[in-house]
Amino acid sequence: MRLTCPLCGPRDRREFTYLGAEDYLHRPAPDAPRDAPPDALSEAWDSYLHLRDNPAGPTRDLWYHEQGCAAWLLVSRNTITHEITGVELVANRKGGAA
Amino acid sequence: MRYSGWKVLLEGLRGNRGWKPVWRDPAPKAHYDAVIIGGGGHGLSTAYYLAKNHGLTNIAVLEKGYIGGGNVGRNTTIVRADYMLPGNAEFYSHSLKLWEGLEAELNYNVMLSQRGIIRLFHSDGQRDAFVRRGNAMINQGDDAVLLDREGLREQLPYLDYDQARFPVHGGLLHPRGGTARHDAVAWGYARAADRRGVDLIQNCEVTGIDVEGGRVRGVQTTRGVIRADKVAIITAGRSGQVAAMAGMRLPIESHILQAFVTEGLKPVIDHVISFGMGHFYISQSDKGGLVFGGDLDFHSSYAQRGNLPMAEHVMEAAMTLMPMIGRARVLRSWGGIMDMTPDGSPVIDRTHIDGLFVDCGWNYGGFKAVPASGWCMAHLMATGESHEVARRFRLNRFATGHLIDEEGSGSQHNLH
Repeated sequence: MRLTCPLCGPRDRREFTYLGAEDYLHRPAPDAPRDAPPDALSEAWDSYLHLRDNPAGPTRDLWYHEQGCAAWLLVSRNTITHEITGVELVANRKGGAA
Repeated sequence: MRYSGWKVLLEGLRGNRGWKPVWRDPAPKAHYDAVIIGGGGHGLSTAYYLAKNHGLTNIAVLEKGYIGGGNVGRNTTIVRADYMLPGNAEFYSHSLKLWEGLEAELNYNVMLSQRGIIRLFHSDGQRDAFVRRGNAMINQGDDAVLLDREGLREQLPYLDYDQARFPVHGGLLHPRGGTARHDAVAWGYARAADRRGVDLIQNCEVTGIDVEGGRVRGVQTTRGVIRADKVAIITAGRSGQVAAMAGMRLPIESHILQAFVTEGLKPVIDHVISFGMGHFYISQSDKGGLVFGGDLDFHSSYAQRGNLPMAEHVMEAAMTLMPMIGRARVLRSWGGIMDMTPDGSPVIDRTHIDGLFVDCGWNYGGFKAVPASGWCMAHLMATGESHEVARRFRLNRFATGHLIDEEGSGSQHNLH
């Protein structure tokens, strides 16, 4: 498996560290309610931290080019075939970093 | 038909013409009291204990493929009760006790082999952590023996004790741990459930879950509509897709875990050996193959096959620990889909929909849990209350902060 880093070009999978699903880009707003009674996280925070669509097929997730340019990447790929269909810099997205 | 040594002998003399199919192949009925989605180890044991312990026999197990074709036939067959945290410790202890009576219970040879599991340690700090774990296991009523370097050397003379990175200081032996024949566990529970009247319906994929007014009404399948008062989702790595049919999102991400087996060799490895620092574990099957594996591939996947970097890493760990293994030839490797939760512990719980239950999130430890998972899930479905040894396996524990993080590695799906 190879990922084409927008800065470094096609690189071996071993250079990258996987964080998790794209959900990590959708951090609740600072003023979003944190708690929900009784004694639980609000749905927004629970969803951001724990709950996942976990698709079998196309997915988007966050990878870190740890042994390369140290950029955070948003990777579009297929969880059944392991095909990589797109890699973009998280920093270039509207709204900025993870 | 009751199995026994005499039966085998008799059939041998009669040319084996008397064996009958082990379970029926029924068509789905229009209505069941309970439908279990998923004919793997956990689904089958749930059906069996619903019938045996709670007297429910109007039950169907729906399997999209064939019985024993999923993770229950793809794992590395390890059985153990070496957990430490409240929540896990009592559950796996209960499971091991059920394993020890399973062959008599099912009248089926599951080839349980309590050969002992040895977890290696490589530093003073790790030894102290293992002493603590061993004490927790003993307090739970299970067994643990701390082996020093020389004690370990007597049992495992072939390890490289003086390797530079992870010199072996000793091990924690769990004598009652071991292995079992994975397929036989599925077949044994399937046969025993069938004999109690449970319908095992194969080649029947669930395509929808019917919910009306906050209550489950049944399922849509490739073999028609089936009404049911209670529905259980017990679909391991596919839990996310099945739960989505009921509009739910689960705290689960599916990852691949690879396993490997060598050609058959004469007996050489007597125990299950776990080399945690190298992400490697190994045992020898009764056929002689060395069965071993390592860590996740560390990215979500449903491919049921792994990538080469992790294969290479596992081989390197094997060579580091026991250089003799380099003489063995790998016969095959495969990958299984693991339903990873953020804390590495499972879920046995009801959902916000009346009558809909989930048993999922077994990470890469589902095989040893097969008996107790079914026992506790059946208890929950029949009585409406969590079984006392599974009462912490709640679906909402991530939101409420009651995580059971056995490895202390943090709240992320791929860290366990």
